[in-house]
Amino acid sequence: MKALRLQKILFLAVLGVMTLIYIGPFLFSLSISFNADKNVFDWPIKLLPENFTLDNYKNVWKDLPFGKWLFNSVLVTTIQTFSNVFFSALAGFTFARLEFPGRKIIFTLLLSSLMIPGIILLVPKFIVLNELSMINSYGGLILPGLVGVTNIFLMKQFFETIPKDLEQAALIDGCSYFRLFWQIFLPISKPALAAVAIYTFQGAWNEFLWPVIVSYTEDMYTLPLGMASLRHELLTDWPLLMAGTILISLPTLAIFIIFQRYFVQGVASSGLKG
Amino acid sequence: MTIKPKNEQKIWAYTFLAFPLLLLSIFVFFPIAFAFIVSFFDWNLLIPDKPFVGLGNYIELFKDPVFVKAIKNTVIYTLGVVPVQTFLSLFLAFIMNQKLRGRAFFRTAFYIPAITSSVVTSIIFVWIYSKPGLLNYLLSSAGVDSNIDWLTNPSTVLPAIMMLNVWTTSGYFMVSFLAGLQNIPASLYEAARIDGASQWKQFWKIMVPMVRPVTYFVVVMSLIGCFQVFDQIFVMSSGGPDNASTTMSYFVYQNSFKYFRFGFGAASAVVLALLIFTVTAVQKKYFPPEAY
Repeated sequence: MKALRLQKILFLAVLGVMTLIYIGPFLFSLSISFNADKNVFDWPIKLLPENFTLDNYKNVWKDLPFGKWLFNSVLVTTIQTFSNVFFSALAGFTFARLEFPGRKIIFTLLLSSLMIPGIILLVPKFIVLNELSMINSYGGLILPGLVGVTNIFLMKQFFETIPKDLEQAALIDGCSYFRLFWQIFLPISKPALAAVAIYTFQGAWNEFLWPVIVSYTEDMYTLPLGMASLRHELLTDWPLLMAGTILISLPTLAIFIIFQRYFVQGVASSGLKG
Repeated sequence: MTIKPKNEQKIWAYTFLAFPLLLLSIFVFFPIAFAFIVSFFDWNLLIPDKPFVGLGNYIELFKDPVFVKAIKNTVIYTLGVVPVQTFLSLFLAFIMNQKLRGRAFFRTAFYIPAITSSVVTSIIFVWIYSKPGLLNYLLSSAGVDSNIDWLTNPSTVLPAIMMLNVWTTSGYFMVSFLAGLQNIPASLYEAARIDGASQWKQFWKIMVPMVRPVTYFVVVMSLIGCFQVFDQIFVMSSGGPDNASTTMSYFVYQNSFKYFRFGFGAASAVVLALLIFTVTAVQKKYFPPEAY
């Protein structure tokens, strides 16, 4: 018994140290963001700033185009999230419930595209958007992320678990396929739709590689790109930089904490598929 | 049994799929084929003339010392990160699987780096790795005299970014392992305990083999991620100093979108994609998810 308790204490100690390692960096960045002193490199490094201020959070909006970047990020993320939820549900429903020539081939084609590393698509996507004169525009930022194959797959899997009896009655009553989708399938798929919305939101909000390539001028930056561009200019103003990074992290953190079970379940089921 | 005529179903199906398939054709299917085509041309955004060069870009790539270095860096990066990350996340899951209080809190704590923007974590670690930063401070507090700038020193820049990578994604993989561990029937442990197997033995003889499918998934995801590492390199070192941290995906970016050498850049991306395919195929053949 004694050995068991000792082991428990040891495990808790390990978890405690690991927790410090995993959230410590965020605590330091939070602390720096409240520092009134621009020189944050005084040794010994303190967890609490000597001169506390909220000015950095005000200056982010004043000294930087933070508002514009926020607008761009919100616009891109919102449109991509709604579009992914709607179209992946619609496509997932079609693959799960409708019979049509080419269903198998098209779906296999979709699945195999998941094996292609995203990196080889960059140049061709850029050339296509350049032909459409959409480089450095909202169209260029938003269009490539409107539909995702993983989401379609997720929704198809979900719809396949719904018993067929449900639609038989509706179809006999002369209900159209769109009404069947909209009025019967969508209302009962809220958990799956929420999962798609959450994954898409997190992915779109944090996306970096695509905006780097497609946005050239500061007014077309999204938040991550804007903050990254400051990393080289603002090396002298760490408190301002940290205030910005804390602000960007808040939406994803809030969504994660509220919807934790979706993340844990999502990862868990994807892990077991392997 | 179908209630409506097949023909009607067909029309609805194609209507529903029209928009998603149009977008995926433009931004996924066509680009896959087009990437190969572009890689055979001397295609530069700024030069209207685009001569066909056959394998010219590929030959030039392997003669380019920067590309060779990028391959080397990418391989070192992957070989360093994947095992450490896999083992660390399994170890964390093992501890989390004990009936300890506050599990939900710890799980959240470990997961936060994974859901935070890579730009944010990179910026925080630029501060940690700087000369008067947190890492050197902790090291000197522990009695190790350390006075280097981790990100501008060619011998430490890559390991420093690798450590950041392990830190960001191990929490995510920990959750996968934890789910796998929780699916192991309790009777297996009981049998082991009756036979007098130690915790350590239970870990190696029960848990590790039982979570093999999860391990497979974790290793594949981790490999694909490491081979394409970009954000951290861009923010923290821009491939420097002297290409000490130039990875293959950063090389693709640099040549394609800084010098606008699309043909050359596409060729380097194709090489990277082939490398990823080969490694995951080898893994599937020699370390399949289900064994025994």
